[in-house]
Amino acid sequence: MKRDIFDRLVAAKAAATPVALITDLTSGLQSLVFEDAVHGGFGLEAETLDEVRRRIRQDRSGLLTDPQDEDGFRLFVHVHNPAMRLLIVGAVHIAQALAPLAVLSGYDVTVIDPRGAFATPARFPNIKLNSAWPDEALTALAPDMRTAIVTLSHDPKLDDPALIAALRSPAFYVGALGSKRTHALRLDRLRDEGLSEAQVKRIRGPVGLSIGAVTPAEIALSILGQITCVRRGENHPC
Amino acid sequence: MNDTLMADNIIEQAAAWRSAGRKVALATVIATWGSSPRPVGSQMAVDDSGAMAGSVSGGCIENAVAHEAAKTMEDSEPRLLSFGITNEMAWEVGLACGGQVQVYVEAVE
Repeated sequence: MKRDIFDRLVAAKAAATPVALITDLTSGLQSLVFEDAVHGGFGLEAETLDEVRRRIRQDRSGLLTDPQDEDGFRLFVHVHNPAMRLLIVGAVHIAQALAPLAVLSGYDVTVIDPRGAFATPARFPNIKLNSAWPDEALTALAPDMRTAIVTLSHDPKLDDPALIAALRSPAFYVGALGSKRTHALRLDRLRDEGLSEAQVKRIRGPVGLSIGAVTPAEIALSILGQITCVRRGENHPC
Repeated sequence: MNDTLMADNIIEQAAAWRSAGRKVALATVIATWGSSPRPVGSQMAVDDSGAMAGSVSGGCIENAVAHEAAKTMEDSEPRLLSFGITNEMAWEVGLACGGQVQVYVEAVE
C-alpha cells in the first residue's frame, strides 16, 4: 500500500470519516473513495464509483467484478466506516457493565445522565459521559442508522424524553429496561405524548434477550446480545 | 482494555508499528465461501519481528499468512492467498476450521 494512501486511510479513520479502499487485485493499484472525493492510483468509472458509495452506505465490503472486462478483472472494496454507536441513558449499575462490554464489541459508547453522582469517571473509566438532559443529549448526538439507544434509568423523567427522541431518529435499535408492567405503563405515557403505535412498537421492552439474566453483567450481556442479533441476525428471532 | 481485541483498529496498529520504524504487512479477507470463521474485511497486521494483531480466521491460517507476509515485506509484492480452494495457481493449505477463504497480503510502504 502506497504511503499516501495509507496515511489518508489512517487520517480518515481517526476523523471518523466513512471511506472505502479499492484494490485492483490484478495490478495492486489502490484508490480511496470518499463521499465527495477520490484519491489514488487508478481511475474508476462513474458507475463503479456509484456502486462503491452504495457499499459504503450499506457497510458492505467485498469483491466487485467489472462487467466490461471478460478476463475477470477484479476490484476489492474495503469499507471503513466509523464505529457503530451505543447511547446509554442512565449511568446505573447495569450501564457500568454494558458500557465496557459494548466497547469490547467495537461500539463507540456514550453514557448519558444529568445526575452528577451517577455519571462519574470513577464509575465509568474511559467511557464518554454526557450530563445533558437525555432529550437534549440525543438531539445533539443525532442518532443515525448505525446507532443503538438503550434506556436504563428506570426514571420516567429521564427515560421517557430519551425514548421520544430515540423513536424520532433512525436508530437501528431502541431498548428500554423495565418489567412487562413498567413497560406497558411506559407505552401508555408515550402514546399520550402523541407517538404512534408503529413508533412505540420499535422499543425492545422488556429489554434484552430472554436468557434468564439476573446480575447486572448478565443483563448487560442479554442487551448486547439483542443489539447484536438485531444488527447481524437476519433470520434469528431477537 | 486490550486494544488488539477491538473490532476495527488493525490499520491503527499497523500505523503505530510503522511509526516505530518497523516494516509492516496487512492481510485482508477479501472473499469467503461456506463456514469460514471471519467475515470479508477482517484484517491482520504483521511486523518484521513476526508480531501479529487481529486475525483472518479462527486461528487456523494465521501462521501461514504471517509466513507469506514476511515474504511480502521483503519483496514488496502483494500476494493473493487461497485456503481450502482447489486452484492450481493458488497457494494451498487445508482450512482446518472449514470453509474457504481468500486473503490479500500487501506491504505498507
